[in-house]
Amino acid sequence: MSTPSEVPAGLPAAPEFVEPLQEWHRLHVRMLVVRPLNEGLAMLVPILILLFTGNGEKWRLIASGATAAAILGFSYLIWRTTRYRITDDQVELHTGLLTRKQLAVPRDRIRTVDLTSKPGHRIFGLSAVRIGTGQQDVPGTDGLTLDAVTKQEAERLRLLLLQKGVTPKAAAEGEHAEPVAVPESEVISQLDLKWLKFAPLSLSGLVAIGAVFGVLSNYADDLGLHPVQDLWEWLFGNPSLALFAGFLIVLAVVGLVLSIPLYILQFWNYRLTREPDGTLRVQRGLLTTRSVSVEEQRLRGVDIQEPLLVRAGKGAKLAAVTTGLGSKGESNLLLPPAPLSVAHQVSRDVLKVGSDPTTLRLRKHPFAALRRSVFRHVLPWAVIAAGLALWAPSWAWPIPVAIIPFAALVGWDNYRSLGNALDERYLVTRNNSLVRSTVALQRTGIIGWRIQRSFFQRRSGLMTIGATTAAGAGIYHVTDVGESHGLALADEAVPDLLRPFLIDSTVDGQAERNA
Amino acid sequence: MSPKSVLLWTMQAALFWLVLFVPQLVVFLLVDEPPTWELVLLIATLVVGIVHTAVEPSWRYRVHRWETTPDAVYTLSGWLSQEWRVAPVSRIQTIDTKRGPFQQMLGLSTVTVTTASAAGPVEIEGLEHEVAQRLVVELTNTTQATPGDAT
Repeated sequence: MSTPSEVPAGLPAAPEFVEPLQEWHRLHVRMLVVRPLNEGLAMLVPILILLFTGNGEKWRLIASGATAAAILGFSYLIWRTTRYRITDDQVELHTGLLTRKQLAVPRDRIRTVDLTSKPGHRIFGLSAVRIGTGQQDVPGTDGLTLDAVTKQEAERLRLLLLQKGVTPKAAAEGEHAEPVAVPESEVISQLDLKWLKFAPLSLSGLVAIGAVFGVLSNYADDLGLHPVQDLWEWLFGNPSLALFAGFLIVLAVVGLVLSIPLYILQFWNYRLTREPDGTLRVQRGLLTTRSVSVEEQRLRGVDIQEPLLVRAGKGAKLAAVTTGLGSKGESNLLLPPAPLSVAHQVSRDVLKVGSDPTTLRLRKHPFAALRRSVFRHVLPWAVIAAGLALWAPSWAWPIPVAIIPFAALVGWDNYRSLGNALDERYLVTRNNSLVRSTVALQRTGIIGWRIQRSFFQRRSGLMTIGATTAAGAGIYHVTDVGESHGLALADEAVPDLLRPFLIDSTVDGQAERNA
Repeated sequence: MSPKSVLLWTMQAALFWLVLFVPQLVVFLLVDEPPTWELVLLIATLVVGIVHTAVEPSWRYRVHRWETTPDAVYTLSGWLSQEWRVAPVSRIQTIDTKRGPFQQMLGLSTVTVTTASAAGPVEIEGLEHEVAQRLVVELTNTTQATPGDAT
């Protein structure tokens, strides 16, 4: 925890200023309705069924009334017990009825502010505010989330909470300009309808089909129908190639058709801006709108992701490597699937560099890495084939055998992806085939190394170097790099960290090889 | 690294294989006319277990190294797969010691050094209690002397 008097050395002390906001606040009353709307849609169904299936018998009315009242009552209790306030140096949130929870986040540790409005929120003009700190996200926890406050309040919180992050001076200046007068922000990128051609390539349609299918079959299950099982049994009952092919084609077509509205749903009004308070802000969404602000100083790099088909169409999406973002719903997205050239340009603008580090010429990894990559991709299918040949009906084992050539191709492509480079500020590493990912990680953001050498890697003189960092995934790998080159890379990327140990280990390594 | 860690790893490995072996043995003895594959599995578990318990601890002991300098903490661990971990002292967030039941028996401790990265804790296994305590004090002092929030 810190006090406002604790100013980094070299900066003038911040002028004293008093926040207008010290008293406790409640979430907005309208959340009573919004929360059940967003989270309790599933509950609505049983209530309606209860209401409409009978002929207005008394107990049905009472039961549905009681359910509705219970939901509202529960929301009311949440609302009643949740309070937040923003003091000079921290944000406090008190919540919970049976288990009281008190959260306090020092304001100078706030790295991101994520405003999300689901359709339920938007009807009532509300927004949920998630405040992210440098702490790594624990899956399943929400961090500090205010669900929900009015849109104006959310906007005000965003400006207020991120101002202090830059320098106390900027915060003080911002104080004079009331948040109502929105300062100018520089647009880095916005949605271009031409990008829609990447929607089908990103296979999001298939994912959507899966999701819709899941929900529908859930309801069908409740009604005593088992469509999936029936379909499956029927398919296996009459195995025919034409049927299987037809099924795949239908799936592909529906996926293609669905992917475009889905892209629009997610990325409508997409805008990436640089705000005057030193944050990068991504806004997007048609029904559920989202605004994610990331403190620019805390940006540790970018990740260019190219799913296989999008890559074939010369496209990519861009994600931020930063601390304080939840893992939910691609909150780190900087650019939706778009042409690769746009991705490079955005990356350059975001990182404020002359040329995008991810366009650096990457150094190839040794040939032994190809062998390992192909072997690793083929092996599981070979094992499955062997297992099926032993224990399954005779038609089963050719399927994995037929997949093996493709697996080998993926392994080869995976090797082609491997590469690494270093410039004055960034370590660049590229991995994977199905979703190729090129990460540019700030060298100053590297806070340690994990260097792995498996038995087989040692035999072929390879190692996998992991650069650990507080941001993003926590670790970024340079896979199957040659031993001496890998160590030289790590040593150069973060000078003086590895060196004292390197001398011992290279001597050891030499001894090992000589023996 | 204390030579007693060989004993520790032997105990851990033996326990692991016993947990796998004993239930199999019980089932094998209780069932009338057990199938052949059960016998095969039983013998395989026994053989692999004995070899592993005999070889792994001393191999591991030969590999394991740790070192601290005023600037960084460094470990080398593993046996078949080996891993080096380096964390700069300036990026250390927390320093913990822990002792499992076997470790308490042998008077050993594990010192865990965590950084802001979820992927990067550096564990120094098999230290004598006093060595571990001295290490913790030493690391705490150097960490406190370093400014910044270590992210």
